Amino acid sequence: MHELGSILFLMAAATLRTATPLILCAMGGLFSEKSGIIDVGLEGKMLMAAFFAAATASLTGSPWAGVGAAIVASEVLALLHGFACIVHRGNQVVSGVALNILAAGLTVVLGNAWFKQGGQTPSLSHSQRLMPLVFPNAGDSILVYVALLSVPFTWWLVSRTRFGLRLRAVGEMPLAVDAAGISVTWLRFRAVLLCGFFAGLAGSYISIAQNAGFSRDMTAGQGFIALAAIIFGKWRPVPAFGACLMFGLLDAVAIRLQGLKVPGIGEVPVQLFQALPYLLTMFLLAGFIGRAVAPKAIGVPYTKEH
Amino acid sequence: MQVLKPGGLANEGAAIELRSIDKSFGAVHAVRDVSMRIDAGRITGIVGENGAGKSTLMSILYGLYRADAGEILVGGAPLQMDSPRDAIAHGIGMVHQHFMLIDSFTVLENLVLGAEGGPLLAGGMAAARAELERLGREYGLWVDPDALVADLSVGEQQRVEILKVLFRGARILVLDEPSAVLTPQETEQLFRILTTLKERGVTVVLITHKLREIMATTDQVYVMRQGAIVASRATRDTNPEELAELMVGRKVLTRLDKAPARHGEVVLRTDHLSLVDARGVTLLQDIGLEVRAGEIVGIAGVSGNGQTELLQILSGIRTPSAGTVEVGGRVFDSAHPATPAEMRALGLAHVPEDRLRQGMVGAFSASETAILGYHEDAPFTNNYLLDGPAVGEHCADLMQRFDVRPRAPGLRSSSFSGGNQQKLVLAREMDQAPKVLLVGQPTRGVDIGAIEFIHRELVKSRDAGCAVLVVSVELEEILSLADRILVMFAGRIVGEVAPAEANERQLGLMMAGAQAAA
Repeated sequence: MHELGSILFLMAAATLRTATPLILCAMGGLFSEKSGIIDVGLEGKMLMAAFFAAATASLTGSPWAGVGAAIVASEVLALLHGFACIVHRGNQVVSGVALNILAAGLTVVLGNAWFKQGGQTPSLSHSQRLMPLVFPNAGDSILVYVALLSVPFTWWLVSRTRFGLRLRAVGEMPLAVDAAGISVTWLRFRAVLLCGFFAGLAGSYISIAQNAGFSRDMTAGQGFIALAAIIFGKWRPVPAFGACLMFGLLDAVAIRLQGLKVPGIGEVPVQLFQALPYLLTMFLLAGFIGRAVAPKAIGVPYTKEH
Repeated sequence: MQVLKPGGLANEGAAIELRSIDKSFGAVHAVRDVSMRIDAGRITGIVGENGAGKSTLMSILYGLYRADAGEILVGGAPLQMDSPRDAIAHGIGMVHQHFMLIDSFTVLENLVLGAEGGPLLAGGMAAARAELERLGREYGLWVDPDALVADLSVGEQQRVEILKVLFRGARILVLDEPSAVLTPQETEQLFRILTTLKERGVTVVLITHKLREIMATTDQVYVMRQGAIVASRATRDTNPEELAELMVGRKVLTRLDKAPARHGEVVLRTDHLSLVDARGVTLLQDIGLEVRAGEIVGIAGVSGNGQTELLQILSGIRTPSAGTVEVGGRVFDSAHPATPAEMRALGLAHVPEDRLRQGMVGAFSASETAILGYHEDAPFTNNYLLDGPAVGEHCADLMQRFDVRPRAPGLRSSSFSGGNQQKLVLAREMDQAPKVLLVGQPTRGVDIGAIEFIHRELVKSRDAGCAVLVVSVELEEILSLADRILVMFAGRIVGEVAPAEANERQLGLMMAGAQAAA
C-alpha cells in the first residue's frame, strides 16, 4: 500500500515536472492568441530563454539573474514578432516560424562562441540552479509553483479585469475595439509581451531547474505541444491547463515504459509515445471534443485606412 | 459620466459645424470641401448615393479618418479629432452600418467595452447594469443585459448599439444607414426611438440613401453627390422627387413603368422542397412555387429566412433534402441532383446574391469575369485554350450594351463600383438569353442611377419571354418589379400577394411571421 502511494506520488511529480514548461508556455500563448496574434514562435522564445538562462546563470552564478536574462531574451523575440505582425501586419505564422529558426541557430552559434562546448553551456552547479523547495526527489522548484499559480492568474486576468475584456474583444473584432477608442496596437503589444514573459519563465525552467545547463534544441517541440494544449483547451486557461497535465502524464508514462517489451511485438519504440500528444490532438480535434472555436480575428492583421 | 437631462429643451445653435472638410484616398477624392451645420436637438439627414462620401465624412467626424484639410467645431470650439476617443470625449457617438458588437460577448460586456469604469470589471459591470436599466426606462430601449449578442435579433443588436452610445454620455448621435438590415416594423420602431431621443434633447445625424426615411424623420437634410454637398433643404420644404434628382444629378423615375405580364407556360417549378442542414436545422420547408415564362416573381423576406438556400438549390449549387425542382421539363431531386453546369445548359442563368464571392472573382479582369461559367463554350475557347481577343471583344460588347463604366475590359473586376460590377454580372447572364433567370438582391450596394437601369433590363428580359425570379430584401424593389410576390419566413413561403393589392405594412407583418395572407 505504502509502495503504491509512493509510485503514484512519483508519477504525479513527474507529470507536474514535465507539464510545468507546457503550462507556463500555454498561459503565455493564450494571451497572445486571445488578442488575435497566432504564436507559432513559442518554441523559439522558450529555446532562446533556456539558452540565456543557463548562460547567465553559469557566468554570474545566480539562477535569478538567469531567469531575468531569459525573460529579456524572450521579450526581445516577442517584440520582434509584434513589430512584424502588429506594426507591419506581416503574416503571423511566417514570423513565428522565422523566430523559431532564428532561435535554433542563434543559441548554438552564441553557445559555441562563448563556451566552446559544441553549443552547450557548462554544467551548472546546485547553487547556480533553481532547486526543489520541499521534496528533494520530486523536482518541485519554485517555477513549478509559479506555473500552478499562473493558471488562476490567467483566468482572473482574462475574465475579471478590464484588460481581459479588451483582450478578448480585440481577438474577436479589433474594429469594435478601435471604435470604442481603445488602441488595438498597444493592446496587442501588451498581450505579446505577457506571452514573452511566460515563455521566458518556461525556458529558464527547462535549462536551470529541470536540467543543469543548455543543450542544443533542448525544448524539443514543447512549444508546439503548448500550442496544441491551447487549441485543445479551446483558448480557455483551465481546460488548457488540463491538456498540459495530460500531455505531461503521457510523457511521464513514456519514460516509465521505455524499453518495455510487449509479447509478440517486441520493444515499443519510445518515439510512439513521444508522438502521442500530437496524434491525440489531431484525433480528438477531429471530432471528439467538438470544434475548437478560435478567436474570430486570429491571424488577421488589423488594417485601418487613413 | 454625462447624464442627459430628461425632457430638456432643445438647445438653440449648432451642435457641430464642419468647415471646408477635404479628404482623398489615393487618387479618389472622397470628400470635397464640405461645410455643414448640424443643429442641436434636431434630426439632420445626409442623403446621397453609395460612394457619395457620406460615410467617409462621418468617419472623419468620429475620428476614424483624419481630414486632409478643414475644421471641425463642436459646441462652437474647434477640435482636433485624432481618434474615436476624442469624439467620444466630446459627446459624439456613432452607430455604424456594420455593428461594432462582439457576438460572443453579452450585452453588458459590449456596453462597457471602452468604458469599464476601472481596472476590475465587477464594480463597473454592476454600475453599468443599473445605468442600462435607467436608459431602458427613459428611452424605451429594453434589452436583456445578460443575453449573448449572437442570440439577439438585428433590431435588438441595433438597440444595443444605440445604448452603447448613450451609455457613454453622448449628446450627438450619428447613425450610418441604420435601416439597411431592419424589417419595416423594426425601422418604424427605430424612428420612434429617434423621435424620443430628439424630445430628450439629443442631436441626431441620420445617414441614409432611403428618401422615405429622410422625409419621415428629419428636420433638415443635406444632399451629397461625388463627395460634395450639392444642396441643403428644410425637410418640410422638399419632396422625394427633388431629393432624388439632386442625389443623382438628373431626373429619376422613382416608379417603374411596365406593361402587364403576358404569361407563358411554367418553366420553373418546385414541389415540396425541403432542406435540412448537417446540424439538423430545417432551412427550407415544403416550398412549392411556379414561375411562368414572361413573368417576374418576387420573393420578399427579411434576410436569412431561407432565400439564400432556395437560390442555391434552384441554381444547382446545393442538393435538397426532399422534394423536386423542375426546369424546362427536367426533374431533379435528392437522388438525381442537378449541377450548376446542367442547370446552365437547360437555360437557367443565375445572378448570385453575393456577387463578390459567387458572381465574380475580384482579382480577375472584367473580360474574364464576363465569361465565368461560359468559359468552356465557343467562341471563348478552342483547342483547350482561351481565345483572348474574342473574350476581350465580348466583354467590350457587353460593356457597351449594359453601360458598364469604365469601358475597360482589362481592369480588375474588384476595381469597378458595386453598380458596375452588378451590371457586368447581369450582362453575362442575360447575354445567354436564358429561359429562367434567378436574381438575388439585384441592387444591393448599387446606386440609384444603376438601380433604374437594372430594373429596366429585368423587365426587358421578362418581356422577351424569360421567367424571372427575383429575391430581394428591399420591399420597394419587390413592389415595383414583381408581377407576383411570395413572402418567405423561417424557411417557408407564408403567402402570395399581388403587387397592386399589397402594401408595405401588410408585407412587413408577413415577413415578420406575424400574419399569413388572407
